Amino acid sequence: MKPKKKVEKIVFQSEKDVPLMPMSLGSMLYNKTGSWRNIRPEIDLAGCIQCGICWKFCPDISIEIENEFPVVNYDYCKGCGICAEECPTKCIAMVEERK
Amino acid sequence: MKKVIMGNHALSWGAQLGRAQVIAAYPITPQTQVVELLSEMCANKTLDAKFIKVESEHSAMAACIAASIAGARTFTATSSQGLTLMHELLHWASGGRNPVVMGNINRAMAPGWSIWTDQNDSLSQRDTGWIQFYCSSNQEVVDTVIQAFRVSEAVMIPSMVILDAFALSHTYEVVDIPDQEKVDAFLPPFNPPIRLTPTAPHAFGGLTSPEHYFELRYKLQKDMEKVPDLVEQTGREYEKMFGRYLGQVEDYRCEDAELIFVTSGTAGYTARVGVDQLRQEGVKAGNLRIKMFRPFPFAKVREILTKAGKVAVVDRNISYGHHGVFYQEVKSALYGRDHNVPLFGYITGLGGRDITPEIYKEIAQLTLAKDKPEEDITWIGVKR
Repeated sequence: MKPKKKVEKIVFQSEKDVPLMPMSLGSMLYNKTGSWRNIRPEIDLAGCIQCGICWKFCPDISIEIENEFPVVNYDYCKGCGICAEECPTKCIAMVEERK
Repeated sequence: MKKVIMGNHALSWGAQLGRAQVIAAYPITPQTQVVELLSEMCANKTLDAKFIKVESEHSAMAACIAASIAGARTFTATSSQGLTLMHELLHWASGGRNPVVMGNINRAMAPGWSIWTDQNDSLSQRDTGWIQFYCSSNQEVVDTVIQAFRVSEAVMIPSMVILDAFALSHTYEVVDIPDQEKVDAFLPPFNPPIRLTPTAPHAFGGLTSPEHYFELRYKLQKDMEKVPDLVEQTGREYEKMFGRYLGQVEDYRCEDAELIFVTSGTAGYTARVGVDQLRQEGVKAGNLRIKMFRPFPFAKVREILTKAGKVAVVDRNISYGHHGVFYQEVKSALYGRDHNVPLFGYITGLGGRDITPEIYKEIAQLTLAKDKPEEDITWIGVKR
């Protein structure tokens, strides 16, 4: 994993400091949507052919490629299962979360 | 250069003279010729713009918003069902502060299926945060598009330039096409304070918590409030360069009027004929044509109407369960002020039924016969 950006909530004290348009407010740095997940993708790298399809299909940009293999970013993965569905070798299993 | 052109082509000419850089549009009757001429202009390279064909009006506005964020001057045009399909993205363009300029041809909403004019399509977009200009001649359309770019980009709020279906869109008039060099001097290239660029990436339109959303809306309203003065100032500058002044309203023979019509669009042009005929018959009539509907020209409306004996608002639209929209707006401008002008509301011309000088005479007769209005809507021309 790449080193994470320092998480700091942006809070403006005055409307004058708020940008004209809603942009780069940093809300996703602390709003970790991974907690919404009920099932999690687990990748069995032994079956991975490094095709990059899971990385390409992930709608939340939650699969990163590290050392040429996919790694799930569980901070943001909502567990939609698209990666598992699309994986040509079916090496991604959707496993129930235990909270 | 003088040319005889249709209202729709006046929009295209305005976009070409304003040097729009990206055009994304979807054709719809009665707007089609706007897009046809723009695509020809792009093909002939008289307009150096990227023309994006899209599969719907929703996509047209989405493409315009994205191009605008990237720093391009952006133009589109639509009508009626197309405009209302865009509704979600109209909020997006104003909320995202993307100064897109759009032509809208006023066409009645279906059902019953109609291609003829009334204002319910654009007035339904009243609260989307767009500046709205209503035009009454093809000359005004060309001039308004050029000024709309300037005003919109100054405050980073999108503008709608509106004309009536057929009564203006398909009517040919002589138009003085301004010189490109002079337009360039009046309207410098779009240079937004913030833009999407790979060298300084930003996320636009992302999740905005209650911590900041309120302030974004406050800023939008505050900038909207700057528009009346800006339109005044821009209009005067345009007048110096091109000899034509376009303000927030057009008052015609209002100084000593015992009765002032409040009108908009082409019906506001016909009203001047009605006023002249009434004056010949000894009735001191005047006409206040509202050119800018959003932001509403409160100061101008108050200044002119408080001197009137009576006011008759003529609406080619209706807010069901309330009244004519211009009637509501004028009422809200006058209520609670130190005067007592009787305000009469008339609805006529829905779905493209003609508004003629005779209709103004009928309205004058009805208004002058009563001291005070007895109803909020008086229907003119309903067959009953």
